[in-house]
Amino acid sequence: MTPIVTILVVDDEPAIRRLFHVGLSRVGYNVVEAGTAREALNALQIDKPEVVLLDLGLPDRDGLELIPIMQGQTAIIVVSARDATSQKVAALDLGADDYISKPFDSEEVLARIRTALRHRLPTGVSDAPFRHGDVEIDLAARAVRKGGTEVHLTPKEYGFLSELARNPGRVITHSQLLKAVWGPGHEGDVEYLRVAARGIRRKLEDDPSQPKLLRNEPGIGYRLASLDWHG
Amino acid sequence: MNEQRPDPEALLRAAAREGRGRLKVFLGAAPGVGKTYEMLSEGAARREDGIDVVVGVVETHGREETAAKLRGFEVVARHQASYQGHILDEMDIDAILARRPALVLVDELAHTNAPGSRHDKRWQDVEELLDAGIDVYSTLNIQHLESLNDVVASFTKVRVRETLPDKVLEDAEIEVVDIPPDDLIERLRHGKVYVPDEATRALGNFFAKSNLSALRELALRYAAQAVDAQMLDYVRAHAMEGTWAASDRLVVAISEQAGSLELVRAAKRLADALRAPWTAVHIETPRSAHFNDAENMQLADALHLATQLGGHVASVPAESVLEGLKRFTTEARATQLIVGKSIRSRWFELLHGSIVDRLVRETPGLAVQVLPTSETAQGRTRRRKPRGEWGDLSGYLVSLGLTVAVTVAGTRLLSSGNITDLGLLYLLPVMVAATRYGLRTGIVTSLACSLGYNFFFIPPTHTFTIEDPRNLITVLVLLGVAIVSSQLAARVREHALQAQASAAQNSALAGFARQLTGISMIDDLAQVLCAEIGRLLDGNTVLLMPGEAPGEGGLSRRWSWPQAARLETLDMAAANWAFENDCPAGRGSDTLTSSEWLFHPLAARGAVMGVFGLARSDARAPVRPDQLPLLLSLLDQAGLALERIALEAQMADLSQARERDRLRHALLSSVSHDLRTPLTTIMGTLAAIDAAGPDQAAQIATARGEAERLYRFVTNLLDMARIEAGALHGKIEPVDLDEAVSEALHELRTLLADHAVSIDIAPDAPMVLVDPHLFHHCLTNLIENAAKYGDPDAPITITAARTTDGVDLAISDRGGGIPEGWEERIFETFARIEGSDRKGGTGLGLAIVKGFALAMGLDVTAVNCADGPGARFTIHFDPAHLKDWPEA
Repeated sequence: MTPIVTILVVDDEPAIRRLFHVGLSRVGYNVVEAGTAREALNALQIDKPEVVLLDLGLPDRDGLELIPIMQGQTAIIVVSARDATSQKVAALDLGADDYISKPFDSEEVLARIRTALRHRLPTGVSDAPFRHGDVEIDLAARAVRKGGTEVHLTPKEYGFLSELARNPGRVITHSQLLKAVWGPGHEGDVEYLRVAARGIRRKLEDDPSQPKLLRNEPGIGYRLASLDWHG
Repeated sequence: MNEQRPDPEALLRAAAREGRGRLKVFLGAAPGVGKTYEMLSEGAARREDGIDVVVGVVETHGREETAAKLRGFEVVARHQASYQGHILDEMDIDAILARRPALVLVDELAHTNAPGSRHDKRWQDVEELLDAGIDVYSTLNIQHLESLNDVVASFTKVRVRETLPDKVLEDAEIEVVDIPPDDLIERLRHGKVYVPDEATRALGNFFAKSNLSALRELALRYAAQAVDAQMLDYVRAHAMEGTWAASDRLVVAISEQAGSLELVRAAKRLADALRAPWTAVHIETPRSAHFNDAENMQLADALHLATQLGGHVASVPAESVLEGLKRFTTEARATQLIVGKSIRSRWFELLHGSIVDRLVRETPGLAVQVLPTSETAQGRTRRRKPRGEWGDLSGYLVSLGLTVAVTVAGTRLLSSGNITDLGLLYLLPVMVAATRYGLRTGIVTSLACSLGYNFFFIPPTHTFTIEDPRNLITVLVLLGVAIVSSQLAARVREHALQAQASAAQNSALAGFARQLTGISMIDDLAQVLCAEIGRLLDGNTVLLMPGEAPGEGGLSRRWSWPQAARLETLDMAAANWAFENDCPAGRGSDTLTSSEWLFHPLAARGAVMGVFGLARSDARAPVRPDQLPLLLSLLDQAGLALERIALEAQMADLSQARERDRLRHALLSSVSHDLRTPLTTIMGTLAAIDAAGPDQAAQIATARGEAERLYRFVTNLLDMARIEAGALHGKIEPVDLDEAVSEALHELRTLLADHAVSIDIAPDAPMVLVDPHLFHHCLTNLIENAAKYGDPDAPITITAARTTDGVDLAISDRGGGIPEGWEERIFETFARIEGSDRKGGTGLGLAIVKGFALAMGLDVTAVNCADGPGARFTIHFDPAHLKDWPEA
């Protein structure tokens, strides 16, 4: 029996809060609501939520400012409009775990919450090999296999893939990837990522033109097969 | 100083020649030397070279050789029309302009056109042709040249009426057609020479061998000089090393007298010989204010001639001619001064000293040339005494009355025993008369006073004899006082009059400016302009402006004063000409002078906005030369006001448009936001409902579908608002086309669940430089569009391949295609093809694609597929939007 998970919904629209409340309670989460930044920070102390669904448009404070405060205490999933690309990137770079776009699909919301929770659990899953279809990424052995056969990746391709495999299902922004794999000073060189992603897809995807493993979030970053992962 | 710096004026002249036709003039010493024949021969040679040559006008004068030469040329028919009883039979300049040959032959450059023609002179027609970029060959006899007019007249005794300003020939190539005088006389004997009217009268003289030799020499010398000048221009413009005459600067002093024209021509000749710039200067003394109309005209003519001959002109206000000349020559760093021999009386010169003597003495660095001016040259205008110089009768009466009163008072004082300084009493009437009524009244009064004093008070009284010399002094003092004070007063009065005149002009201008500041409508401006100028210059006025509708090219009357002022066809022609050429036209100008009106262009912001016309009911010249500056200043002010009104209107339009945009944007984004939130809730709630049965499940699905559609529409509206507000700040990064297409297909996976898609992205397709988010929306919108309007059973094809100038990404469907003529319109906001409504489009999808693409600098086009039914949308990436994959 897993302990009851508490989710804090921060949104200034009561209707949206209610919608989350109904949907999340139904699957067994304990839901706490906050309409302002102040209420959200209070709830963070009192209710100690495992996940925060954070709308950035709050009446009393910019939602982005809350991320550094909450980060480390809880998983943060930013809820934002579809077209607010730069806002999403900023939130992720500040330490948000993921984002969902309005209008949201309830299945997607649940999947993102599950992903976020998995990373919060101190079970050391990151050492276990990541599997998707016939692809296996063994971080401990620094090996990538497809259908049991080891696939040779360039060092950068491996670095790119392992960075994503450490956080499966979670979006990693361009600048986070570039900084981690290519080092500081390369945060703007998006074409490195395109080259690596193309190489990885050619080697690992069944149909590179319809990738299932390595997904691109236009203008934001990459993620490793999020919704289908049940590792 | 850098000696090799190119002379800016020479460069300017060279620049002005660019794009202009070239003029070649066949110059002859006399009629009959064969200029026309020579011109036709050269024209024929050009024609042989394949150049498009036409004959504008050529007079054969019945000569067989010439007529034979003329055959084989295309001759533009002359313009024939009757105007006020005259038959016009002149070169048809419009026909030539319309025909646009490369070269046109125009005989007799100095010819005067019939009244009612567009220009007075044929050379003006030629200038227009040259301006249009057409080369012209023409002919000219040396005696028609303006600056040589006097010289020729001096030995042939024939003054030619038709003269040609020297500046016309300044840039022309000159070819002298020369035959020895004996041959010419021979040809004359054989009747081969057409003798113009003015020469007939003095036939014997004109064709005398000595005359012909002199004319021939003139022609040759002129041509040599012209060649020199052109060479010099070239040298100066290109600052070639070499020596040319040290910079002489010539100044010619002109006055209101008839000899001024001769002086100007002489100055031009001398300046040409010295290759020096020259200036005609007029010194405005207080006396200038008293010039009569004829004198003013004379002066204006002289200044006009100087401009025509290529000189500068200046008007310098000064207390005296001498002082003005001294100042001007020093300021202008003149080296030579040309003055006319004074026609003042010997007495005047004895009293004041000759101006020339003092000039020579007081300006050491200046060479002064004194030229005689022939009084017979033209009917010399004798200076008419201005009315009122003898003073008003009332002045005499008042002064005399005063004298009588003083005498009566003196007699009373005398009888009461006070006899000292009675003479001083007489100063009163003298001063009053001299200061108030001028010199003559003053002198007459002082004489009357002397006589009265002498007769009544100087012993022996009641006689005019003077015993005591002391009393003689009193009489002389009275006279002296009268002269000095009247001159002082006269000077003060003249200054006052001048000041008054300029104050009147300034106040007219200021008043006009004041009236204009309050005006914000063009019609009000037109009304004020017409009424004010009509009042100030005492004439009829009209303002013509182009029609407001774009198609309406002609000028129409905006206002006139008086309202009933009539404009004839000819007047309208002058107005149109003035409008099109940004030059004055009509009476008193150089163009279409038979019009009763004078039209001046009204310019604002460097463009001609209309023309202003002025006429007098008594058919005199509409504007006196001295009124011209006032008129021009008034028109300048009107132009400024017009500019201000136009700017104000533009500003108002702009701020209105901006306000509209702001409102629309605010409305759209607030509507979008306020609609999106409830829609999100509705969609989420519908998704969360557990259907109680299949019927309810279907109902919920329908409601959800509609909500989603509404949501898409609102999102599109918001995108459109952002596009129209120019609020798209794309972040350009390299994007893999494969990745972008697969991501778009992934997003549309539900829509495309039962729709085949075939993807063919060339392996060598480079990355594209776009905003990934905007590009993603372009792709999803285009694919969605293809899915919506395409045949559901045929696949949507997505291809990308290199083309000759970049990369094309094409999305094709197999639907009904695009109706003809809709290829552009399909991208317009809310454009929907007839009957397509039921497909559930918002009419915004493609407009958003276009808007986003434009924001990224991309081009989107729509065509029907070449290989079957259906539409094909192509996003074109030019090389600037491509980034090659790095070498593996």
